[in-house]
Amino acid sequence: MSERINSDADSHADSHADDHGHADDHGHVDDHGHVAVDVTTLDAELIEGPSVATADVAEYALWLGDDSLILAQQLGAWISRAPELEEDVALGNVALDLIGHARSLLHYAGTASNRTEDDLAYWRTEPDFRSLHIVEQPNGDFAHTIARQFIVAHYLFELYSRLRASADATLAAIAAKAVKEVDYHRDHSTQWVLRLAHGTDESRRRMITALSDLWPYVDEVFRDNPLIDRLEGIAVRPSTLRSAFDAAIAPVLAEAELEIARGFVASGGGRTGTHSEHLAFLLAEMQVLTRAHPGASW
Amino acid sequence: MTTPGDSAAEIWPLWEVFVRSNRGLSHVHVGSLHAPDETLAVRNARDLYTRRSEGVSVWVVPAAAITTSDPDAKGAFFESPAGKNYRHASYYSKSEGVKHL
Amino acid sequence: MTSTITPDTSATVAISVEEQQFNDLIEADSRIEPRDWMPEGYRKSLVRQISQHAHSEIIGMQPESNWITRAPSLKRKAILMAKVQDEAGHGLYLYSAAQTLGATRDDMTDALIAGKARYSSIFNYPTPTWADMGSIGWLVDGAAICNQVPLCRASYGPYGRAMVRICKEESFHQRQGFEILLELMAGTEEQREMAQDSVNRWYWPALMMFGPPDDDSPNSAQSMAWKIKRHSNDDLRQRFVNMLVPQAAVLGVTLPDPDLHFNEVTQQWDLGEIDWTEFHEVLAGRGPNNAQRLQRRRDAHEEGQWVREAAAAYARKQYALTTTLEMAAS
Ligand SMILES: [Fe+2]
Ligand SMILES: [Fe+2]
Repeated sequence: MSERINSDADSHADSHADDHGHADDHGHVDDHGHVAVDVTTLDAELIEGPSVATADVAEYALWLGDDSLILAQQLGAWISRAPELEEDVALGNVALDLIGHARSLLHYAGTASNRTEDDLAYWRTEPDFRSLHIVEQPNGDFAHTIARQFIVAHYLFELYSRLRASADATLAAIAAKAVKEVDYHRDHSTQWVLRLAHGTDESRRRMITALSDLWPYVDEVFRDNPLIDRLEGIAVRPSTLRSAFDAAIAPVLAEAELEIARGFVASGGGRTGTHSEHLAFLLAEMQVLTRAHPGASW
Repeated sequence: MTTPGDSAAEIWPLWEVFVRSNRGLSHVHVGSLHAPDETLAVRNARDLYTRRSEGVSVWVVPAAAITTSDPDAKGAFFESPAGKNYRHASYYSKSEGVKHL
Repeated sequence: MTSTITPDTSATVAISVEEQQFNDLIEADSRIEPRDWMPEGYRKSLVRQISQHAHSEIIGMQPESNWITRAPSLKRKAILMAKVQDEAGHGLYLYSAAQTLGATRDDMTDALIAGKARYSSIFNYPTPTWADMGSIGWLVDGAAICNQVPLCRASYGPYGRAMVRICKEESFHQRQGFEILLELMAGTEEQREMAQDSVNRWYWPALMMFGPPDDDSPNSAQSMAWKIKRHSNDDLRQRFVNMLVPQAAVLGVTLPDPDLHFNEVTQQWDLGEIDWTEFHEVLAGRGPNNAQRLQRRRDAHEEGQWVREAAAAYARKQYALTTTLEMAAS
């Protein structure tokens, strides 16, 4: 497992902001408004393996990568619109974690066909996307976003916990990093489910509505697919995650006194390119600039 | 006297945040934030004050729970140490130059 | 520096012990802390300046967040998201600093969305192209950093400390903007045009961020005497332009000032006339996006009300529950 250090972006560079003009181990700032930046050791931006993905592994990486990408894209729209500034920052952190997972997964998927993460994100059309319908559901009000986060984060936690043992070293490494981050997403959404459910009458009403609006898309998450049969030992069989998922959310729902609405079950189809009506709009917005400039780099 | 900033009029109270930047160091005050309760306060502190790996541990304290010394009594409160030079090693000049002292 | 201007003490009236202590601290370049005695004018100036600064960070999120969902690569999307998120943090640190002076964030937010508070006019300009993400980082964050670095030494402790934190985080903002422009200038003809057009639109408004000329800046002298502010508006503007000229050369963009030239005597870049009428128009609420920016802030605040109330209600219930349990146990 080799990790490339990609130091040109998302610099963790640190500077010492004090204009007395003295230098210390953080570098220094002079009195002319120049902020000196020193070199900090940067972690790898993408998790990369030495291997090239097979067509099947690439397809699987695409599944997981698209889920994270679409969800990150949605959460990114919250920044500057959250209920409180602290929550702008919190949702931003969740979105940034997910975009990190998406980039590693899409990068790996691309190794099978010599495409970059951006080729995959910006130059595929809707039928070539593999995202689940639940991540395509719109942000709605804060309760809808929290309900979607609650479901997806709990699923992703169970998934990545198991994927750490994948026979594919790259997938295992991506899962090992991602699992810690989605663990926090799980906690964040749980805290808010409890607060909205037991807050005011209005928040309780909204939380109930949101959960019942999102629940029809849960079954698709745990549905198996022929690809999974071919990736025994590499992929995690979605159906085997269901009981752990149910067990993890049950105590939260009990404490929140929320019941799962048994009603519609959406037929899904995201893994084979049949998407919700929301995805096309989302992609149009996400891809508009890139597609206006074929071959350009940014 | 409580620490400044807390206001009962606000919908979410103010919390003071302390971060331990590394094992072996003390928690140091880094700023404040708003949160409805301590559970979210500690999470908000993590999200806000440790985004660049600034910390390994955070404390949050309701601003209203911090008692500060009265600045008007500054003179009386902090006068006593002055003149008690014998509390400092440098006072003992005759032992200067003697090794391991 | 500026110590020729005396603080606003009246020469005829004997000043109080507290006031003398305050003046001594300022004179000694020490810091004023929240519980210290301070002149009412000092407190008011600080609350005004810090809250305006906080509002600017928060409103300033909007022109850039417009492009998060349309960023042209995943790397740029992540960078932009992290950058806009930082600005939320900056607003928050500054509201906290103002709060130590007795202003609450709720009150400051109410003033902002009621249109009663000021924020930096620069954020009332639109961001029609991706290149604007580059120009904002390079020029707007650049000008902000120029303004902010000296504020790390502001005489009011909590303000200075917030600024230290902010300046540390700002260090990547200007660089990422510069690199966006660098990439565009190395790109296609269309991309280069996009970059130059954007620099043309942002250059003058960025210079106006330093505020009116010194002889037209009513609060400056007092702020400098109190060491809230450390350099004059014109001084900082000049330093900024001196830094920009070589950077523009690296980028290969033209700064849209035909009169810009190097003065051999002063060894500085002399700039052309700034059109202050536009500045005053935007300041007076007649800029391109003033109404839209405030409306969006208002919407976010109002749509978040039920969430903030829910969390507060939950906290009260939990508190009541634990107190009852403790009473039952004892
Ligand atoms: Fe900022
Ligand atoms: Fe910035």
